[in-house]
Amino acid sequence: MPHQDQDTSLRHRLGRTLRTPIGVTALTACLLVVLVAVFGPVLLGDQAARIDTDAINRGSSAAHLLGTDQLGRDIAARVVVATRLTLRLTLLAAVIGVGGGLLLGVAPAVVGRRLGRLITATVGVLVAFPGLLFLLFLATIFGVGSTGAVFAVGLAMVPPMARLVQNLTASIAGSDYVAAARILGVGRFKLVVRHLLPNIAEPSVLFATQAAGGILVAFSGLSFLGLGVQPPEYDWGRLLNEQLNRIYVNPVAALAPGAAVVLTGLMFGLVGEVLAQAGGRRAPQAREATPQQVKPQDETAPDGDGGALVRARDLRVTFPGGRRAVRGISLSIGVGEAVGLVGESGSGKSLTALALADLVPHPGRVCAGTLRFDGHDLRADPRLGTELAMVFQDPMASLNPALRVGRQLAEVAEVHLGATRAQATARAVDRLGAVRIPLPERRARQRPHEYSGGMRQRAVIAMGLMGEPKLIVADEPTTALDVAVQQQVLDLLAEVRADSGAALLLISHDLAVVAQVCERVLVMYGGLIVEDLPVAQLVGGAAHPYTRALVGAVPTMATDPGTELATIPGRPPEPGEAGAGCPFAPRCERARKRCHDDAPELAGFGPGQRVACWYPVDAETAVAPAQAASHGAEATS
Amino acid sequence: MSSLELRGITVRYGRFTAVDNVDLLVPEGTVTGLVGGSGSGKSTLGKAVVGLAPMQSGRVLVAGSDAGRRRGRSPVQLVFQNPYASLDPRMTIGASVAEALPREAASCETPARKAPARERRSACDAEVARYLELVGIDPARAVLAPDALSGGQRQRVALARALAARPAVLIADEITSALDVSVQGAVLNLLRRLQRELGFAMLFISHNLAVVRYLSDQVAVMDDGHLVECGPTERVLERPEHPTTRNLISCVPTLALAEEAS
Ligand SMILES: Nc1ncnc2c1ncn2[C@@H]1O[C@H](COP(=O)(O)OP(=O)(O)OP(=O)(O)O)[C@@H](O)[C@H]1O
Ligand code: SF4
Ligand SMILES: [Mg+2]
Repeated sequence: MPHQDQDTSLRHRLGRTLRTPIGVTALTACLLVVLVAVFGPVLLGDQAARIDTDAINRGSSAAHLLGTDQLGRDIAARVVVATRLTLRLTLLAAVIGVGGGLLLGVAPAVVGRRLGRLITATVGVLVAFPGLLFLLFLATIFGVGSTGAVFAVGLAMVPPMARLVQNLTASIAGSDYVAAARILGVGRFKLVVRHLLPNIAEPSVLFATQAAGGILVAFSGLSFLGLGVQPPEYDWGRLLNEQLNRIYVNPVAALAPGAAVVLTGLMFGLVGEVLAQAGGRRAPQAREATPQQVKPQDETAPDGDGGALVRARDLRVTFPGGRRAVRGISLSIGVGEAVGLVGESGSGKSLTALALADLVPHPGRVCAGTLRFDGHDLRADPRLGTELAMVFQDPMASLNPALRVGRQLAEVAEVHLGATRAQATARAVDRLGAVRIPLPERRARQRPHEYSGGMRQRAVIAMGLMGEPKLIVADEPTTALDVAVQQQVLDLLAEVRADSGAALLLISHDLAVVAQVCERVLVMYGGLIVEDLPVAQLVGGAAHPYTRALVGAVPTMATDPGTELATIPGRPPEPGEAGAGCPFAPRCERARKRCHDDAPELAGFGPGQRVACWYPVDAETAVAPAQAASHGAEATS
Repeated sequence: MSSLELRGITVRYGRFTAVDNVDLLVPEGTVTGLVGGSGSGKSTLGKAVVGLAPMQSGRVLVAGSDAGRRRGRSPVQLVFQNPYASLDPRMTIGASVAEALPREAASCETPARKAPARERRSACDAEVARYLELVGIDPARAVLAPDALSGGQRQRVALARALAARPAVLIADEITSALDVSVQGAVLNLLRRLQRELGFAMLFISHNLAVVRYLSDQVAVMDDGHLVECGPTERVLERPEHPTTRNLISCVPTLALAEEAS
């Protein structure tokens, strides 16, 4: 169900933010200002223009709330009526500023290199120029009058806006998807409209709103100085100018237009704040229904671990909208055991691993019958950092680019193990040595970017080894590495295991990698574990048709290039669409009626082997794996 | 009619030479596998061909003519390595694929005469659906943004986009490293079939030697920016001449280990 994925969309978040006190205030203020701007001149226009020579320079009274001016006109009415002009000029200036800023900001990314550099340099110089001076300079050029002032204030906003947009655009323009669009021959204009603008919209809008407050103040300033709006027109700045010399006689008359400027400026600020909250995903989360909690009866089996280091029963990970990514799996990992977790993309491998480390990302919820680690309940007592180490595919995601590697490692020991700084540093160097990083003392003082990809992955493993991990969870640790480095990292994991006696949960889509390092393999499919088998059984001994097909699909150095690779027809189920029967049934050529009606449970099959299948392949009747998947019906046809 | 010829390609980033004077011919209708350690310059070479890396010197010839300064849709398409960065997060995956469709085929963009908008839209949707199905993505997911997909699923969308552009030469940069074996098989079969049908030349960059071996007619090996070995697949993998090649071959993990253990 696609629309559920838009749960975190901007519109949704905006809606949520608008319901907070600050959102309500901003919305009310906006409405009020707009209403005044629209209806003020209609209702009070006459009163504001009526000259009354009998009531010149009066103070505040019942008839004239804020008194009257030199010509006996009602000041309160004039303040209200001035709203429209002030707002209109402010917005006009903002449009010029934002438009110019966007133009100059985006241009360097799409024009030629030399022109781009020139624009960037020019904007750089203009930004460095003091803002107020620039504004007055422009105002002098354009001369007095509202048009001139609008241009002056608007253009003064261009350099900072352009600088911001340039920075934002530069990062987007360097991304692979913009590169892809370029290769596809997408024209400059479409490139900007489709790819650049939507991706810089949030911060730009935010900046523009907040800058609008500044524009209002600047514009009123110009009018106050007599450089802006000229009589007989008037805006708040002009009114302030007219009344200021009488501030000791009739203070409210001078203060009212000033207050209008300040309050409206605040309103722009508030709107910006609301947008920032919605855009920056800082939106306060509406509480969702609490998940069905752990079934308590399972808690009464304290000695149920049976020698296993990790034991999970009925582990589930769900996302809003009924997306069940992990659908109730049970697994155990023995002390010091190396277990591989394989399966197709989206089968829930990573989420299973993240659930063990209590790291499932936000809208996801974890429930489990049992989730125990080394005799402790993992949910009550997360073990990440001390006894549980995580290694991810991208080592830079785990390393802070700004900190020295040694310091980052040492911090783990300081935070989790309460080591002193000296002890921690010594241990960091020692651990870097343990993962075969040459010259660990020197390397510890370097930052991550000075490491190669393989070395960074080693450093992350070393970080996991700062404590005394009993389990290392590695999610595709070598996928980003080349074969030679992959081999080194795999060897390293094997050594680390031999030295420390830690268990290993290795997630990979590469069966060969798993076969090389692990003793036992768990095969996941559609959020379920469908087979659990010793690694020796992988070739030839797999009982689940899916495992068989998976093995047959791997090209090896002996695969005949003349034949098509075996593939599995169809595609894996989406987390939302779990039916009643075996999840593999639509793609399984052994499927019969029973498979479509009932889901098979994971049940013992041979020694050390469990399989969830009604009609498992047994060794004698086994068809060759290459035949297990029909070539004719492959997914590509 | 679409060979890819690289002559003396050199790419420098500042003082660092990423690719040093590489000559390579991918004959028309064949696949050349490009292997090498990380940082050896494989990806940079691929990027230089499509004009995404600053080429210091050298020429790129597609079907014998200079492809260097051509405007518009490049005859060479590249599928990127990192599926998390290669799709616009603000665009639905369907729109990303639609962007690649050639205008004349399913004119999603320029109004084809007399075709009503609705018809054009649905023809376009059908093409998008076809390419998504081709790479094993449920076409119903075309309306999703990329962040609702897992890494492997995104890579398949990126592949669908490149194929939708009907390239003359395809550069595939580690495209299977993020794919599942089952999908990898389907994608490799698909790539091979389309490559044979349409006859485009392909530069297949990968660190998976088994995959390269399966797909390629010719293998080129890079080390430290240089092309150190190039020859017919069988010869290079069976009788490697350069130490780099030998080292790469010895590091390939195999399922056979599991076999031996049993
Ligand atoms: N934040 C999320 N919101 C909604 N669905 C999600 C979210 N994260 C993951 N999923 C879904 O959960 C399923 C399992 O995701 P998971 O990341 O565990 O897959 P995986 O087996 O690790 O795949 P890969 O091999 O591609 O890494 C996928 O279908 C994915 O689309
Ligand atoms: S239960 Fe039936 S459909 Fe499922 S894997 Fe076994 S044989 Fe195939
Ligand atoms: Mg994953």
